[in-house]
Amino acid sequence: METFPKPSRDVPPKKNRLQAKKKKPRRYWEEETTLTAAGASPGPPGNKKRNRELRHQRPKNTNNPKKSRFSRKPQLPKKPRERRNPGPQRSLSGAQDPFPGPAPVPVEVAQKFCRIDKSKKLPHSKSKTRTRLEVAEAEEQEISIKAARSELLLAEEPGFLEGEDGEDTAKIRQVDIVEAVDIASAAKHFDLNLRQFGPYRLNYSRTGRHLAFGGRRGHVATLDWVTKRLMCEINVMEAVRDIRFLHSEALFAVAQNRWLHIYDNQGIELHCIRRCDRVMRLEFLPFHFLLATASETGFLTYLDVSVGKIVAALNARAGRLDVMTKNPYNAVIHLGHSNGTVSLWSPAMKEPLAKILCHRGGVRAVAVDSTGTYMATSGLDHQLKIFDLRGTFQPLSARTLPQGAGHLVFSQRGLLAAGMGDVVNIWAGQGKASLPSLEQPYLTHRLSGHVHGLHFCPFEDVLGVGHTGGITSMLVPGAAEPNFDGLESNPYRSQKQRQEWEVKALLEKVPAELICLDPRALAEVDVISLEQEKKERIERLGYDPEAKAPFQPKPKQKGRSSTASLVKRKRKVMDEEHRDKVRQSLEQQPQKQEKKAKPTRARPSALDRFLR
Amino acid sequence: MKVKMLSRNPDNYVRETKLDLQRVPRNYDPTLHPFEVPREYVRALNATKLERVFAKPFLASLDGHRDGVNCLAKHPKSLATVLSGACDGEVRIWNLTKRKCIRTIQAHEGFVRGICTRFCGTSFFTVGDDKTVKQWKMDGPGYGEEEEPLHTILGKTVYTGIDHHWKEAVFATCGQQVDIWDEQRTSPICSMTWGFDSISSVKFNPIETFLLGSCASDRNIVLYDMRQATPLKKVILDMRTNTICWNPMEAFIFTAANEDYNLYTFDMRALDTPVMVHMDHVSAVLDVDYSPTGKEFVSASFDKSIRIFPVDKSRSREVYHTKRMQHVICVKWTSDSKYIMCGSDEMNIRLWKANASEKLGVLTSREKAAKDYNQKLKEKFQHHPHIKRIARHRHLPKSIYSQIQEQCIMKEARRRKEVNRLKHSKPGSVSIVSEKKKHIVAVVK
Repeated sequence: METFPKPSRDVPPKKNRLQAKKKKPRRYWEEETTLTAAGASPGPPGNKKRNRELRHQRPKNTNNPKKSRFSRKPQLPKKPRERRNPGPQRSLSGAQDPFPGPAPVPVEVAQKFCRIDKSKKLPHSKSKTRTRLEVAEAEEQEISIKAARSELLLAEEPGFLEGEDGEDTAKIRQVDIVEAVDIASAAKHFDLNLRQFGPYRLNYSRTGRHLAFGGRRGHVATLDWVTKRLMCEINVMEAVRDIRFLHSEALFAVAQNRWLHIYDNQGIELHCIRRCDRVMRLEFLPFHFLLATASETGFLTYLDVSVGKIVAALNARAGRLDVMTKNPYNAVIHLGHSNGTVSLWSPAMKEPLAKILCHRGGVRAVAVDSTGTYMATSGLDHQLKIFDLRGTFQPLSARTLPQGAGHLVFSQRGLLAAGMGDVVNIWAGQGKASLPSLEQPYLTHRLSGHVHGLHFCPFEDVLGVGHTGGITSMLVPGAAEPNFDGLESNPYRSQKQRQEWEVKALLEKVPAELICLDPRALAEVDVISLEQEKKERIERLGYDPEAKAPFQPKPKQKGRSSTASLVKRKRKVMDEEHRDKVRQSLEQQPQKQEKKAKPTRARPSALDRFLR
Repeated sequence: MKVKMLSRNPDNYVRETKLDLQRVPRNYDPTLHPFEVPREYVRALNATKLERVFAKPFLASLDGHRDGVNCLAKHPKSLATVLSGACDGEVRIWNLTKRKCIRTIQAHEGFVRGICTRFCGTSFFTVGDDKTVKQWKMDGPGYGEEEEPLHTILGKTVYTGIDHHWKEAVFATCGQQVDIWDEQRTSPICSMTWGFDSISSVKFNPIETFLLGSCASDRNIVLYDMRQATPLKKVILDMRTNTICWNPMEAFIFTAANEDYNLYTFDMRALDTPVMVHMDHVSAVLDVDYSPTGKEFVSASFDKSIRIFPVDKSRSREVYHTKRMQHVICVKWTSDSKYIMCGSDEMNIRLWKANASEKLGVLTSREKAAKDYNQKLKEKFQHHPHIKRIARHRHLPKSIYSQIQEQCIMKEARRRKEVNRLKHSKPGSVSIVSEKKKHIVAVVK
């Protein structure tokens, strides 16, 4: 991703660009026939990641990747590892270990696995607790290094799409990509022409193996889209607003004109849930087994699909709810409203956890990325904004689109797709799960109808688009996480494995009350109730059992323990304590003054009163 | 244009034949495992619930005695053998694997007061109300032989307890004084007294083997060094101590079972404050025994229950009781640290698991891994109120339950009075005495 050429930097003459267009598309590992001076020799795909790591170690060369590739070759023979251990270790056979010591681990990879936030210190912790925490931290450090080392075993590399120098990747058409990639990947691009039953909504199952789609005029079907095997196809004879798979591909929910219906994989209606009526949007929280429904009547209803009970029905008091998305990181539901706000909901609270004013007009679409860091919104004011969800909900970047995006979706690796009329735009950032830069799209595609639903397929470089003319499966290289975890969601799982997984998942169903903005809060020390308990205990006992006892001088050797000297020693300790207190208060004072001094430093102006 | 699409070869992810195991590729990236903490919490909750579901500690009851079981002894070499002495002078040797009595001896007239095995496991000693010390062979008599003790020592006074040295052919008895005996002689090597009172138990230190501890009915615990003729020091408590037990891992730590419902863990070097006061029983504590790991001990009480305490905690982690079990007089923790035996008034010896929900028998490696994982999770989330409530819940018989309530009220009243006294008196004139120091009367050297 780092090698995207910026057209503003060196735009080739028009003739050249035409030539580039005419050139036959080439597979990425094929040798280039006319190797220009600046042309990079493409390495084998396996080298890609290692190159990047090497580049991180030498920050000087990051500006020009081509240069770095050339300069890498002469540097390779002298390994920095060997220099680190001067004493070569000899084995019994006399052979030298060329890589002595443990394998080095890149810091940023190990950082990914770190779970303890070392910046947070416990207030007034006892030494025993502190040592225990230190031990835990050391263990964590060791574990994170081990986990980082195990990354070496990951089998797959993420996909990518790079233009030749000056070539804009957004200009590359789907046909070209299909022609350039291997047959198996090319088969993932397909169009379903279903003009009859109107605009389609679609949803991929959690493993990315199955696709469910429902047309406005009642056409509902699910299929194993990899093998193109149809599982069921029905017409519900009613308007279909939304469709969503439940925890596995065996069940899916359809929001129909009046009520919510649940079907199994043969298209047999299992339930009709009349308490959820006039549902506009559906979201499924797989770890909580909750189906969140946003209705026309303004209610956000949580349905526990494992026991069939309504967990919470929240009145958003904001009219019709037709914009909804989930935050996959903390299972909070984001609702977009017509007054330009996005509200964050959890079933445990009757009121929204937060409200963010995003747009001047109504909100048309909301999407949250898989790490829960970024939220993309688009409004009636034709703006597309990306917000930081980590603390202050501040906008990070914004862009006005000519038409405004009606649908937004994030991919697993942080690509942002937007559906605008009959065009799909995709933006990408630098590396995995980073902020997508809105300046230049990564890919664009024009469809045969207006976009009505977007969904990235998990674990496949595919974007499913539902539109008025049917379904299109787009190829988006680099969209999906390449290495899945077999115990979490395995696209290749057998029936037995699925059953086993289902039982396990049901056993560890997270209660709905635990949904909050920070899902890790459960593992942290509850300082507030700790202090409260302490206060209550002191009140109950009538004294503080943990208070420091007043200093009592120890009796010394014969002759030195006179009353006068005892008093003197007592006094000394008291004075020292007093001095400490004064010192602390003095240290705190300048900080306070600084805070106060800041606004006075600049010259006061009449407009200051509007400052916050 | 250079393009690479994610394209997996299914052969790398699907097993080749039906006989193979399924392939499960792993990726430990935290973004692929969302809700890690809430899911772990739920797992911990489930593990805690299952632990309570599987908590079935009672294993067997050994019946055969015709009077209350007064003392128990472990075999030093054989895990399956256990010896017990009853109030009618009968000694029985049991096989725990068969759960059967393998030998019965009418050892004394009146109570068997104490029983101990020799460190080699070939013989054992008993003392009784008939003022005798008898040494018996561990193996039964051959065909046609009479059941007779190897040696019999006639004493002048009643002996109330006996313990054997851990390495040498020396044993100690207690009664009106502590006597140290050589096995070969019929008179004690030395006898030690400090004041005039009946001493109820004597115990050798398993690590510093020449050290002894005893407790007497004039409320004190006395420590002796076998190498010198006089006692070392003593601590006087509020009420009488029934037994003491040395920590098998830490030489200077011992625990005393007291009449005032508490147990006190002392550091031998600083007797003026106990290391820990263990409170939970609602009646006199009659016996105590350490686990071989030295981390926990079990106590038997007159309130018809036995409790397991961690050494560094003041509250018990477990309480065992049955409807039929009466006052528990003696208790022992087996040498493999897995089982607990207790002998009670109603003539039965009961065998319990030390860890109530433990699965007995050989565990497969997956079972073991799951058990360890669950253990760690329970530890991690043990302070969460919901989990703590489930993990702490124990069913108690009504008598114990109501007594606990009653004593809570009494304690609260006492505390309230203390606070009021502190509040309405001149500052500094009334000091707060901590629970640890409250029960120590004096230390004498």
